[in-house]
Amino acid sequence: MAFIKGLKCRECGREYPGGPLNVCDFCFGPLEIIYDYVTISEVISHKRIAEGPLSIWRYEDLLPASADDPVDIMSGYTPLMKARNLGKRLGLNNLYIKNDSVNPSFSFKDRVVSVAATKAVEFGYETLACASTGNLACSVAAHAARAGVDAVVFIPADLERGKVIGAAVYNPTLVAVDGTYDEVNRLCSEISDNYHWAFVNINMRPYYAEGSKTLGYEVAEQLGWRIPDHVVVPSASGAMFTKIWKGFNELACLGLLDGVDPMPFGADQNTVHHPAVTTRMHMAQAAGCCPIVTAWENQRNQIRPVRPDSIAKSLAIGNPADGIYALRVIRESEGSGYAVPENQVVEGIKLLAETEGVFTETAGGVTVSTLKYLAETGAIGPDELTVAYITGNGLKTQEAVEEVVNPLVVKPMMGSFEAALESRVAAGV
Amino acid sequence: MARQRVRFTFSADMVREPIIYRLGHDFDVVTNIRRADVRADMGWVILELDGADEEIQRGLTWVAKSGVRVDPIAGDVIEG
Repeated sequence: MAFIKGLKCRECGREYPGGPLNVCDFCFGPLEIIYDYVTISEVISHKRIAEGPLSIWRYEDLLPASADDPVDIMSGYTPLMKARNLGKRLGLNNLYIKNDSVNPSFSFKDRVVSVAATKAVEFGYETLACASTGNLACSVAAHAARAGVDAVVFIPADLERGKVIGAAVYNPTLVAVDGTYDEVNRLCSEISDNYHWAFVNINMRPYYAEGSKTLGYEVAEQLGWRIPDHVVVPSASGAMFTKIWKGFNELACLGLLDGVDPMPFGADQNTVHHPAVTTRMHMAQAAGCCPIVTAWENQRNQIRPVRPDSIAKSLAIGNPADGIYALRVIRESEGSGYAVPENQVVEGIKLLAETEGVFTETAGGVTVSTLKYLAETGAIGPDELTVAYITGNGLKTQEAVEEVVNPLVVKPMMGSFEAALESRVAAGV
Repeated sequence: MARQRVRFTFSADMVREPIIYRLGHDFDVVTNIRRADVRADMGWVILELDGADEEIQRGLTWVAKSGVRVDPIAGDVIEG
């Protein structure tokens, strides 16, 4: 069962019953889940978690939907790999990669959509919907198929076909909107007000976003109930960034981290900070769309929306819904933000592939290039425990690395092969 | 009648313009501010608009053409 009490506005503090709502009726601030942490603390334990399924639902006590019959395609419980080769290249002896690119639809979105879909079915919705240019569309369509409900996916009409095949295969209703990015955005927002559909990242957003906390829980569990000194996290809306931080703090407050005493959550659950949580949260954005990092660099308290112009499409959110809260987490954790120059995004993808055998999409390239920058500037010490989150699979953005295809072309004769090999060796390639 | 919740973002050169006053005055739209943060170098206002759907769209088109960014209150809902 889900231990939730209801919803609460992050801005004015008004409370609501736990329904399919995402904004406060009074101030239009975002709503967040309120948990019954007293009861949770009575039931949760390392043993209970270990006995759970090998998916995000092993943390069901800390999720806002019931795990009795979840919409689950086995999201989560992805590998945490010790990255010895990449660490050696960067001078980091204690580096790990959280490889979330191996989720069932090949991105971390399966975590959030599994929670949103489960809650949507619980609320009686028969249609899951989203507006997406990639990963989210795939995940929504896959989960709708699993749940046996309809899926409606909105895409910009000029989106390349290759980007939507991974979603179309699950047979959703695809709606290609012939308009600018802003017009598509506005239309979907209006439709969510007028149709009885569960838009996973609009009216289901408070539930949806909580799925990202499992990225924090899993890393802690996989490290033996410890948390890292540093994490590097790619950011678009900023929601995942804030939820990983929240996940670490929940574990600490509930006494689930080794050697850490529990602490009451206090009146504002969503901003609780346990003093034992000293992880520095580093945000990775691409220079072509970095509104949160720009605000951090300029020491501003407001996020200036931008028009995205980046090859890291999965991070291209110019007006990030959780930007201001993510900014607070950077500051509270004494972390940092880095805007990766666009020409270094692909370098990051190649570096991870060549050193660790993990092929990530452009968002992962942004993460690895940020990690490299932090190591080179000394922001991360050589022996500090560091985790870099790789949130999407490289097969989704193959066009970004087309340059790597440079085969030896030979005739089907030994002489031709040896001549080609010799010339390649001579060229030092 | 329609109702729409929007967020206006003002750049430094637009902060001193009476955009919301003119939206209510020049179009048949009722404006209702719910939350705002306006400073010398930028500002944002979250508000609700009431009126005929076409009139709201006409008003929002004018606001955007004036140089003020118009977004849904949920921020960007198209995700990668």
